[in-house]
Parts: sequence; structure tokens; C-alpha cells
Amino acid sequence: MGVFDDPFDPTARPWSCPCGRHASAAEHDAALACEPVTDDVDALTARTVETAVARAVFGTETRRRAFLGLVGEATAAAALAAAFPLAAAREAFAQAPRRIEKRDLKVGFIPITCATPIIMAHPMGFYAKHGLNVEVIRTAGWAVIRDRAINREYDAAHMLSPMPLAIALGVGSAPIPWTMPAVENINGQAITLANKHRERRDPKDWRGFRFAVPFDFSIHNYLLRYYVAEAGLDPDRDIQIRAVPPPEMVANLRADNIDGFLGPDPFNQRAVFDGVGFIHMLTRELWDGHPCCAFAVSREFIAQNPGTYHALLRAIVEATAYSSNPANRREVAAAIAPQNYLNQPLTVVEQVLTGTFADGLGRVQRVPNRIDFDPFPWHSMAIWILTQMKRWGQIRGDIDYAQVAEQVFLATDTAEAMRELGLSPPAETRRTHVIMGRTFDPADPEGYLASFAIRRV
Amino acid sequence: MRATRPVASLALACLLLALFVGAWQLSSSTGLGTAAVADPEYAALVGAAAATGGQTPFPSPIEVAARIWEHITDPFYVRGTNDQGIGIQLAYSLARVLAGFTLAALLAIPLGFLIGMSPLLYGALNPFIQVLRPISPLAWMPLALYTIRDSSVSSIFVIFICSVWPMLLNTAFGVATVRKEWLNVARTLECSALRTAFRVILPAAAPTIMTGMRISIGIAWLVIVAAEMLVGGTGIGYFVWNQWNNLSLADIVTAILLIGVIGMVLDQILAMATRAVAYQE
Repeated sequence: MGVFDDPFDPTARPWSCPCGRHASAAEHDAALACEPVTDDVDALTARTVETAVARAVFGTETRRRAFLGLVGEATAAAALAAAFPLAAAREAFAQAPRRIEKRDLKVGFIPITCATPIIMAHPMGFYAKHGLNVEVIRTAGWAVIRDRAINREYDAAHMLSPMPLAIALGVGSAPIPWTMPAVENINGQAITLANKHRERRDPKDWRGFRFAVPFDFSIHNYLLRYYVAEAGLDPDRDIQIRAVPPPEMVANLRADNIDGFLGPDPFNQRAVFDGVGFIHMLTRELWDGHPCCAFAVSREFIAQNPGTYHALLRAIVEATAYSSNPANRREVAAAIAPQNYLNQPLTVVEQVLTGTFADGLGRVQRVPNRIDFDPFPWHSMAIWILTQMKRWGQIRGDIDYAQVAEQVFLATDTAEAMRELGLSPPAETRRTHVIMGRTFDPADPEGYLASFAIRRV
Repeated sequence: MRATRPVASLALACLLLALFVGAWQLSSSTGLGTAAVADPEYAALVGAAAATGGQTPFPSPIEVAARIWEHITDPFYVRGTNDQGIGIQLAYSLARVLAGFTLAALLAIPLGFLIGMSPLLYGALNPFIQVLRPISPLAWMPLALYTIRDSSVSSIFVIFICSVWPMLLNTAFGVATVRKEWLNVARTLECSALRTAFRVILPAAAPTIMTGMRISIGIAWLVIVAAEMLVGGTGIGYFVWNQWNNLSLADIVTAILLIGVIGMVLDQILAMATRAVAYQE
């Protein structure tokens, strides 16, 4: 007992050795203390694996001792290793309880509802649940987010799904092995036109229009081009398409700098909210289930921080599943609308996520799957994107569609994460997609490409 | 006569301000359209102006004043990475400007001295300076991001590159145009080159150098806003971009006013320094 302890407390530590064999209580405690337990998870797992193998081989304790006494410890270990791949088994098991190499992460995002899972995982605690301390950083535009991700200022980033393909192929930047382990949202984009074009709803009348899309390498760009090309307009000659960061689209529409945009929400809804434009068409009417934004990391990050990547991917997939549930949408909207994240009026974000929205033409529309969230990166989606990149001359020459798709869209990792979280990933990684009534078969991308009348190849 | 003039101009300035604010108030109060939308559900989902077929109007002076008051009474709050008070944003921008400006001064003044004293060096470097000087500092941004690989260092670099030229050229000009008589006097007195530089040339060229610095800080403060709008993250430029993305014009007007005030303060500090080194011939 120390001089400051309560002498009338019956449970206080004794002031001398309780057994009488040591000079003081401290010495007594030291003598009886257990060996320090190693918290090196890797070493403990390795030991557990060795024990399990030894038990299986020797059967009983007597036989184990007899054998070890006969040949010696080292020889026994070597003999076992020769017959059984001990090292491989150790390694295989070492991966089960993962160590998080890097806990403090920076994840960049663009303030749009496409990034909902990446953003809401912060205020709603999905990152923390998986042992990560993530800082989500709002970024000014797609080129900036790409450069910051390449410069490793961000550990992972919100990107448009064609961007990892473009980075990996070295289109628009130097080629860097980049990956896309999860899609964020499907659908959720729209074509918004200025109010003065209320009577010109047929794309055949759009000759001379100036449109904005978020980025050259975006599903928005490819869908808008596809849409006007199906109507017989050449997107490079008959209309003008500019890359404008999403937040600037409404301001440009108001200033009459553009006639419309195919852009991400909440800016379509924001244009309606401010009386600047109307929603001409939701992109789900062009391709129901099209991928849009994605969660992207470099291959280098995965190689250096496999445990962190594992946890991060699970946090994202779980957040995506949570966002997908219509019952949670209002709660998610309230979490991401404040200034720290999207910085938008709550009603605008709510209209996007719940699908009950004003269309700018005086009607209230109810489209529950206006935006949805599905993490699975279908390889066939990557192949479609590659066909469009080739169609509009962004990539030239022959490419191995399937190989690029598999290297960038990490469907196996996503499926594993989904299974672990109790979701059911699809068994296939390719399927046919229907875009504006035309079927796309991922097995024949070149044939699909040749079937378009308007193309740059 | 002299005593009444400042009062008169102050009164006139106030009158102009009142006229401006009054005109603004009048013009911004009309934003509502004429068509009434019958559907109340629809009206609840859009802004007040859009519900009647109009566009959201420019905020009135009263709304803007309320916003300014909110900002300046709580300038240093931090509510997460992307939501920090306007005082903190201004501090980030000032720190970047001062860092870039100091680096530029450290390079430009000694180099300007050398160029000003040596016609040979002047001739050799002049073509480079003339080509590099008119480049908009923001044009360097993609190059800086690509090579420096750090966005905040890149914006400091952009400040550096835009503030280096006025200082360099003014220093060179000031040093080159020191009166020959003074140099000759120094030579007659057998002053060493170093002593001549510090005791004769530097004081003689100081007002010109300070003018260069004053031009530079003005440009740097102009450029930081644009650079931060481009790169994002922190700073007053990012604040403007961020409020633009929310189409919140009241916040943008607040930021514009504060940018103006800070720019004026920076300029006045250097103007004072210029007066301190000025001399009568």
C-alpha cells in the first residue's frame, strides 16, 4: 500500500509481500508476473498454424515427443516442411486477421450525389467501424482530383468510372496502373436544358446547341454523344460539348453560356430549384443501370497497404449497400447536405436521393430508382466504356478489351467484400447491356463498334 | 479651404455608397415571376422564385449584410475538413502569399542587383525575362502540379512566379539608374564594391525596389484567389469557389469585400515602407 492509498480500504494493495518470500509487494508482483504476451498477430498466427499441422501429423502427444527426441527439433521442422508447405499455410492464415498498415487516410471527392457512399461513410461512421480514420476532402474538379491522386496526396479518390481506365491506359496522362474496386452509383444523371428550350425536346432539333459534361473521360460524355448520335447528329460537328466542373454547370446555364448539360446531381435538381432549367430526361432512360462514379485507388496503394485496402473496400461496399436502401435515403441526404460535404439545400439532395422531384416543367415526378448504388464493377461495363473511348477517338489502335477491363475493374475483390458483408454478388462479371434499345455484347466489342454510323474510327 | 475638403469628399463617398446600395436594393427586390403554380407539392420542392416561374434573384443588401455579420462574428470555427470559418481561409491565403512573396523577394532583389550593376548580365538574361514575364501565372499551374506533385506548394510556386518579375525588373532598373555622380563620388573616396553597393546603391535604389514589391504583393493577392479556385482545399479562393458551387452569392459578396479590404491593407503596409525609404534629392 502506498502512502496515498486509503488505509481503511480492505481491497487496497498490501504494503508488504503477501506471501512473505519477497522483500516488498513490488518484488512479489514482479516474481509472479506472467511472461509478457506477444501481441504480434503474425507470429501468433504462424505458431497456431504450425501446431495444427504438427497435431495432424503426429496424432498423439507421445508420438510427437518420441519423434522430436529421436531426430531433434530443427530436423523435425525441416522434415515436416518438406512434406507440407508450412510457409504457404502460415502465409495463407496470416491474411485472415488483417493488420491495418495505414489508419489515417485522405480520400478526395467531388461534391455530387454520385459520391454519396464515399461521403456518408464519414458522418455515418462506416470508415470508423472498419478501423479507419478517414478524412474526406472536397476537391475542385476532375483533373485536380486525378492529379492529386496520382501525386499521392490522396490515398483513394472518387473518380468517374472511365477515369481509372484512362489513367491505366495513359490517355490524358502518363500511364499508371490504376484500379477501380467499386462502382459508387448507377443511374442518377440527367440531361438538363435551359428553360428557353421547353419546346425543343427532340434531339434532332439540337443542332448548334452548346452542352456541358463534367469531363472528357466520363460516362456523361459518352452517353450524351450516344444520345445525339442516335438522333443523327454528329456530336463533334453538329453540337458543341465542353468539359465543365459540375458545380459550375448551373452558373453557366444561368449565364446562357450553355444550352444544357448532361451532368451529375444535385446540379440538375439545383437548376430546377433556382428556376434556371428543366430536367429533359434522366439517364436511366438511356441505359438503366449504367455505372457513373467510382471508388478508385492505385495499384501501388493496394500492394503497399493490403490490410488498409481490405478495410477501406469493405467500408465503401457497406456504405454503398446502406445508401442503396430506399428506407435510408432521407437520413443519408441529411448527413451529406451540410456545408462540410455537398453544401446544398437539403430539399435538393433529398429530391435526388428519394426520386420524388420537381422536373422544372411544373410536374412532380416519382422515380424511386432515379439514382441507385451498386458496388459491383461489371467487366462488361468497362468494355462498353472502352468501345466508346475508341469510338470517339480517345484511344487509337488495337486494345485487349477484356484484359484492360479485368486489370482495372477489380470485380473479384468487390465480390469477396460483398460476400463477407452478407450481400450476394453476381456469379458472372460480364453480361449484355441494353443502351437505347441496342444490345451490347461484351464478347464482340469490335463488331459493336462497327455497327455505329457516326464514329471516329 | 484645405480643412473642409476631406469632410466634403467623405460626405460625397457616403452619398455614393448610399446611392449604390439603394439602387441594388431596388433592383434585387424583383425576382418573382408572374405565373402562379397551382401545385403546392411542386412549389414546396423548388425555390420561392422558381415556384412562380422566375429565377432566384440576386440577394438584397440586407441579406448580404446579415451574411457578412455572421461571417465576421464567427470567423474561426472549424466544423470538419471542408467547413472552416472565413478567418481561417483568409489566414491560409495570406500564409501562401507571404511564403511565395518572401521567396520571390529573396531571389529577385539580389538577382536584380546583379542585373542592374552588370550590363553584360542584363543583356544575357533580358530575353528570358521578357518571354517569361507576360505569362499568366495560372498557366504555370498544371506544370507545377505535374512536377512539384503537391497542390499547396504549387500554389506557393504560382505566387512566387507572378511576384518575382516586378521586383526583379524594378530592382534592376533602380540599381541601373543610380546617378553616375554618386557612384563617381564613391569611387573617388575609394569605397570597396561591397561598400558602394550597400551604402550608395541600395539606399538610392530603395524607393524603386519598394515600388516593385508593392506591385508584386498586389499581383500576388490577385493571383492567390484564382489559384485557390483552381486547386481547392483551403483559402479564400476556395471559399469563393465553394460558395459558387452552392450558388450562394451573399457569401461571395462577403468574400469579395474581405479580399478587397485585405488587399488594401497589404498595399498600405508596403506604401508606408516605401515612404520610409524615400528621400529628397
